[in-house]
Formats: sequence, structure tokens, C-alpha cells
Amino acid sequence: MARLTIDHVTKMFGAFRALDAVSIEVQNGELMAVLGPSGCGKTTLLRQIAGFDKLDAGRIVIGDTVVSSTARHIPPERRRIGIVFQSYALWPHMTVAENVAYGLTVAGVKEPERALRVAAALTLVELDGFADRRPAALSGGQRQRVALARCLVTEPSLVLLDEPLANLDVQLRAAMEDEFKRFHARTGTTMVYITHDQAEAMALADRIAVMDHGRLLQVATPSQLYREPVDETVAGFIGEGMVVPVEVRSVDGDGTCWTDFFGHGVRMRCAASQRAAPMARACLRASDLRVVEPNTPSVRARVDRAIYQGGFFRLETHVEAQPDLLLHLTAREPFLFTPNAAIQLQVADGWVIPALAKD
Amino acid sequence: MTDAAGWRERVEDTALLWALVAVVAVLSVLPLARLLLEGVAPNGQFSTAALARVLASPTTWTATQHSLVTALGGTVVAVVIGSVVAVIVALTDVRARNAFVFCFVLPLMLAPQVVALAWLQLFGPSSTVLKMLGIAPAMGSRNPLYSAEGIMALLGIQYAPLVFLTLRAGLRTLPQELVEAALAAGASPFRILRTIVLPLMTPPLVAGIALCFVSCLGNFGIPAFLGIPGNYLVLPTLIYQRLAGLGPSVLSEVAVLSVLIGVIAVAGIFVQDLMLRRRDFRITTTSHAMQPFSLHRWRAPVEIALWTLTVVVLVLPLIALVLTSLVPVIGVPLTGKTATLANYGFVLFDHAATKRAFVNSFGMSAAAAVAIVLIAVPLAYFLVWRRLRLLRILNLAAEMPYALPGVVLAIAAILVFLKPLPLLGISLYGTIWIILFCYIARFLVLGLRPVISGYYQLDRTLEEAAQVAGARLLHRLRTIILPLIAPAAMAGALLVFLTAFNELTVSALLWSSGTETLGVVVFSFQQGGDSTYASALAVLTVAVTIALMLATLLTSGRLAVGVLPWRG
Repeated sequence: MARLTIDHVTKMFGAFRALDAVSIEVQNGELMAVLGPSGCGKTTLLRQIAGFDKLDAGRIVIGDTVVSSTARHIPPERRRIGIVFQSYALWPHMTVAENVAYGLTVAGVKEPERALRVAAALTLVELDGFADRRPAALSGGQRQRVALARCLVTEPSLVLLDEPLANLDVQLRAAMEDEFKRFHARTGTTMVYITHDQAEAMALADRIAVMDHGRLLQVATPSQLYREPVDETVAGFIGEGMVVPVEVRSVDGDGTCWTDFFGHGVRMRCAASQRAAPMARACLRASDLRVVEPNTPSVRARVDRAIYQGGFFRLETHVEAQPDLLLHLTAREPFLFTPNAAIQLQVADGWVIPALAKD
Repeated sequence: MTDAAGWRERVEDTALLWALVAVVAVLSVLPLARLLLEGVAPNGQFSTAALARVLASPTTWTATQHSLVTALGGTVVAVVIGSVVAVIVALTDVRARNAFVFCFVLPLMLAPQVVALAWLQLFGPSSTVLKMLGIAPAMGSRNPLYSAEGIMALLGIQYAPLVFLTLRAGLRTLPQELVEAALAAGASPFRILRTIVLPLMTPPLVAGIALCFVSCLGNFGIPAFLGIPGNYLVLPTLIYQRLAGLGPSVLSEVAVLSVLIGVIAVAGIFVQDLMLRRRDFRITTTSHAMQPFSLHRWRAPVEIALWTLTVVVLVLPLIALVLTSLVPVIGVPLTGKTATLANYGFVLFDHAATKRAFVNSFGMSAAAAVAIVLIAVPLAYFLVWRRLRLLRILNLAAEMPYALPGVVLAIAAILVFLKPLPLLGISLYGTIWIILFCYIARFLVLGLRPVISGYYQLDRTLEEAAQVAGARLLHRLRTIILPLIAPAAMAGALLVFLTAFNELTVSALLWSSGTETLGVVVFSFQQGGDSTYASALAVLTVAVTIALMLATLLTSGRLAVGVLPWRG
């Protein structure tokens, strides 16, 4: 177990900036998810931590050791880390036990200790009795567990997981998510978990690092990420947030403020440093919106379409005063609407996105 | 982890890479550079005397002209046969495709001297087959194959599979919807072939033509068997005669001749490059391979034509070869009474040189195959997974000794190894080691290509998983990569073995008493007039070759398409 410091790491591929001064601090024993759309640089980041590539600027520290910097590069085989690959990368010419034992053999661990540790690792992932099978004879979930056992048997200081659930079907994913969580609790290993699936990241991680276009946007707990996105990209990416223009009229000392949203006065949450501002932006959630009777405080919108989603509708609307501003919300069944019908929307809550979020 | 962490890994990595660079440089760059040097500075002193002497000699230009004529003629024959067969096999619904491909590609895997020998037994006044049929020409009449036309025909038959293989590889990547779009536009299959398929197939066709031309140019066995008796000399046979007759004293002159043939080969490759650069042939879409065209009522006639071709170019000559190997003396008609296995007994048990040749050929082919696998597996690792610029040059260098005619490498090797090696003080010239060196240099690329394609099929995370488990490069190569790449390496080793086993060009120039190869012995028997012994020995080598090829068909399930040329 060790903490991991990623300090202003930059990686170039030709002129393309795959990682742009990314800094993340992962605490000892923490499970950090790195979340972002494909091509955001999260896999590149994992390859830097593992040491498969040499970085162009910055440094990476595992425990107290600088493992990557422009001056120094410790090769992957000396970093004492474990990786669970997306493809699992189980060696097809070895049995389950041989796969798991490989790292111990390389490290010079002798029998009988080796056999004991392999057996213990297989017990940990509940694969006793599978030791002599070949990977080809296992199911997807079982392969996943072999990969996990293989990576943990050498007790690495840090475990990297590269979209480990991406190749599993939906039901198995839910079960494995659970298993990962229990597993992390039991071993207490520091883990970096790469994923593009925010539900998975929210369910598993202690904290989430959101990346886009090679840059780190925000590192926060799942709840903070959802409630207080640091900028418009995060707001839009996480939980389908809607970014809307508001005027911040007055700021209260308790972390809330009064805003004006197309004439509709709304109390919203904001950063302590928030000042009154005529042109601010806020993040709204679908659950913050509801359809109300006319003559209550609200904003006027028109329905574009309603999509039936089983028990409720997803309503897609646009603000009448600004037709390119789209708002969506859920409305319970029965809901009668005609296309282009005018409705009144009331906003119950919102988060004012801090101006100049990045320095 | 200290500050020196990773030091051993880096040293191991770098040392292995530079060791490979050194090996490839010694195998390809060193001999070719030495050869070029000899052309302008014989024995280390700048002199154009040898150059002028060779270029002023009419023999040089006659042989050059013969080389060009036979190589071009052979290429035309090969292109006509190879491309027609490729189009039929790749685009239509003929049956028994795999069996046909195996038979059609077989001449390519057989030794040229064996092909030549077999065809010689089919024609001519002493042909056992013609005698059995009672249609042999009168004694004393000339075998029609002892001619430029005979050489062209046999070169064409031997190398038609080369054109076939490159064109079929191209046809396999032809996107289905390009053809379907033309069909939807109302074009007939023939029109599609003419206006869509063949224009798009220009690059593989041109590549096949260039490959075929260079192979014809460098072929030694066929012009040696068909040309030398009638004193129709091409450059490789001229070089052989000079060197065999006069020994290493004419080395400077034959070096110039080798450079000349090398220049013609490079010119052929250059023309190919030029032809392809004028237009853009890139295919912009990707999709599944196309459905074969149905031949309908023409299917049976086309199949009959294909198998007739097989009978004519493969079966009949091989039958002639077998029949000749069974007669006691050339000229004696083969009957139930005259048939004998004495020729086999002689070559297998009585003739000392043949017994040595079996040991030499098996041993050197196996040694070359093993050495090449040991070089190719780490070399391809760096080529495929480490993409450095240095490596692209290295890849090109590894291709050179195979792309150039075999005599070029053989003469270059003599130049390098004639003088005693520094430090050791012994000369490799006249030993089996110089032949083995040439085998490894020349056939390296044959073993390398399947291994490279094997790496492309391999998921690199399998190696990376071993890396994070703490395994260093050599350990990973041994425990992870070698087992996974083994099928491809086996295929490569087999290609090397078969090619070296049937080889004559290099060993004809490098052998000495005690280091004979099977090719050399067959050649010597035939030159000495012992066609029956030559045929018996040739039949044995054909049997070994076919047996090994068939054996691989049973075990090649995991290989990529196209790795083993004879697989359908």
C-alpha cells in the first residue's frame, strides 16, 4: 500500500497533447476512479503510472519513490504494481494456478510458500478448485477474478484497473462491482480504477477524477462531483446536468445565494467565494425541475417531445425566452401534452458554477 | 528501489537490441558492402582493371542479354498462368480449392534443379515416358528444353505461384461493396473484373511481377540444367562456370558480374516502385471479403481446365522423374522386368557423397531454421512492438540478401570469409560454416515474416501483464512470448527448412569435397550423365518436401491466413 502522487504529468504523442499537466493525489488505501469519455487520456495516464511510456514533463511518485520523471524512469517490472487489464491478459498457455504464480516465480518465491500464496489468492477471489483449468475454460467473470488474483498475489503497493468490467454483460457487471467494493474494503489496497462509466465510478470510488481532452477537470467525492461540479464540462458530463445562464443577485453567508433565472427567483447553492454577478452559469438537475400551475414562481417553456420510459415520461423542453436553451425533466404518468404546448417549470435547486474555476 | 533501479532492465534491453542490430549487419550489410568494395577496389586497392575487363568482355553482355531475355520471358509466362489462376481461385466458386492451391503452389517449394530434371525426363530421345508410349524422338535428336524457350517455360511454371500468391493476397482484401456497387450498376462479372477488380489489383500484380522477375533473374538450377549443355549461359551460370573452372583467382571478376546482376534486380524493383507511384491505389473502404462469383454451367469446365493444368505442370514431370529413377540405365525402356530400385539403393547406401549430402542438407537446414527462429523472435518483438526508426532500416537490411539473387550473396560471402577470420586465424571458405552463414542470411526474412504477422495477432497486454509482474525482457521472451508465438515461429522455421533443403544456388558456388548438399549432388549426377541417380535422389527430396508440407496442414490451424503459402 502506498500513496500515489501524479504531479503535473504531460505526455505528448507527436504534437498531440495526450496528457496536459495532470495532477492527482491518491491517498493510501483509497480507491480513485479516473472517469472520462474515450480518448480523454485516462488510459494514457494509466500507462504512465505503470511505466509503459516515458512522460514528457512532471513526475509520478509511488510511496516515497519517484518512479517517473523526465530524469528518471523506473521500468514497469520494478514498480511493484498490479494491473487488471481490460482484456484480462491471462496467458492462454498456462493454467489458472500458473498464471497466478507467475509473479511469485519471477520474484524468486520458493515452494511451498508459493503454492500456499497462490491457494490463498484463489480463495480470496472464490476460485478454489479452478487451479488446474486453462483460461479458455473459464467464464468472463471467472477470468476477471483470475486476473484480480494474479495481480494481488504479489501484494503490490498499488493496483491499476483498466476498465475491468467493460467486457462483461450488464448483470455480471453489477455483481462484480459489488465484489470489487468488498474486495477493496478487505485488502485496503490503493487502487486506481479507469472507467468511462460514471455509474460504475460513482458506485465504487472513494473519489473520482474527471478527465477530458488530456486535462484533469475535477477530483472530488462522487456526491460532491454531482452536487458541485467545478465547471460546465463536468456539469454537463456528470448526470446529464443542464448548464443555464442565471444572474446572481445576492449571496448569503451560508453557501447559498439568490438568483434570477429568466425572471424566476431561485435559491441556489454556491461556493463560499461566490460574489453577485449579472452573467453567471448554473447547473440544474432533472430532479430539480417540476411542472407547476401558472401564476406560481416559474419559467415558461415549451414541450419539444415526451419520451415514455415506463411509468414516467422524459420531457424535453426549451425555454420560451431562449429557444436554444434545452431543459429536460421527468413527469409522472399520466401526463397529457401536445407538442409545442406551453408549460411552467419551477426550479427547486441548483448549483452556481464558480467563475474562473481553473487557475 | 535505489536510484539505480531499472539499470539492469535498461542494460538488458539495450544489449539485446544492439546484439540484433549487429547480427543483421553482419548477415546482410557486411557481405553486400564487401562485394561493392571488391568491384572498385579488388584486394583492397583501387583499380578499375577487373571492372574494365569484365565490361569489355563480350561474354558478359551475351550472358546479360540471356539473363534479361529468359527472366522477362519467364515472367510473362508466370504472370499469365499465375494471374488467371488467382482470379479463378479467389473470385469464383470452384470446388476443391485447398487441394488445388496445394498442388499449384508445390512447384515453388520444389528445388528448381529438381523441376528442371523432371521436365528433362519428360522430353527428349531418352525419355522413359515417351519410350513407354513409343513416341520418343530418334536417338541423337536434341531435347527441346535445352533452349532459351525451355528455360523461359520452366521459369514461368516455377514462379507462377509467386504471382498467384501476391495477387490472391490482394484479392482477399478487396472490399465486397466495391464489387456489389458495380453489380448494382448493372455490370457483368467480366466487366467488373476488367474495370474494377484488375485496376485495383495493380499494386499486388506489379509487386508479383517484380518478385517474379527478380526470382527468374537469380534462378540458377533451371538455366544450369537446361542452358549449360547447350552453352546458353546466363549471369548466374556464367559466374558458376568461371568460379568452378578457375577458382578464387577470378573473384574480382565474378564480383563485378554479381554486382551487375544485383543492379538489374534492383532496377526491376525500382521500376515496380515507379509504376505504383504514378497513381493512387489506396482502397478507401473496408469490409468483408467478397462473395465468390458463381460460374454456373462453366464451373465444371473451369475445374477440369485447372486440374489439367496441374497434371501438365506437376504430375507429368514428377511421373517422368519417378519412372527415370526406376530404370537401370538411361535409354533402357521401363518394363516390369527392367524396373529396379537399385538407383535408390545406390544413392541411399553406397554413394559416400550422397550420404554426406543428406547429413549436410538436413543438418544445415535445421540449424538455419533454429538460428533464424532465435533471431526472428526477438527481432520481430522490437520491429512490431518498439517501432524505432533504426528498426525500419534493420528490417530493410534483413530483406536484402533474399531480395537479391543468391549468387550475389554467395560471392559476397566468399569475399568476406576467404581470408582467415581476425583473432581466430581460420578461414571459413570451403567449410560448411560459410554455407550455413549464407542460409541464415538469405532465408532470415522467410522466417521473420510469419513471426512478424504472429506478433500482430498477439495482444500486447499479455506481455505487459508479465512486465508488471516483475519479469525482465529475456524472461518474458522465454516464458510468455515464445510459447505464444511458437506456431508462427514453427511455420517460419519450416519455410526456412524447406527452402534451404532444396537450395542449390548458394551451395553450388560454396561447396567443396565433404560439404556437398543434396542440390549439389543432384547437379553433379546430372552433369556427369547419371540421370537415373539424379532422378532417384530428386524423388527422395520431393517426397521429404511434400511430406513436410502435408504435415503442416494438420497442425497449422492457429496461423494467420497466408502464412503458409500452400494452405488454401
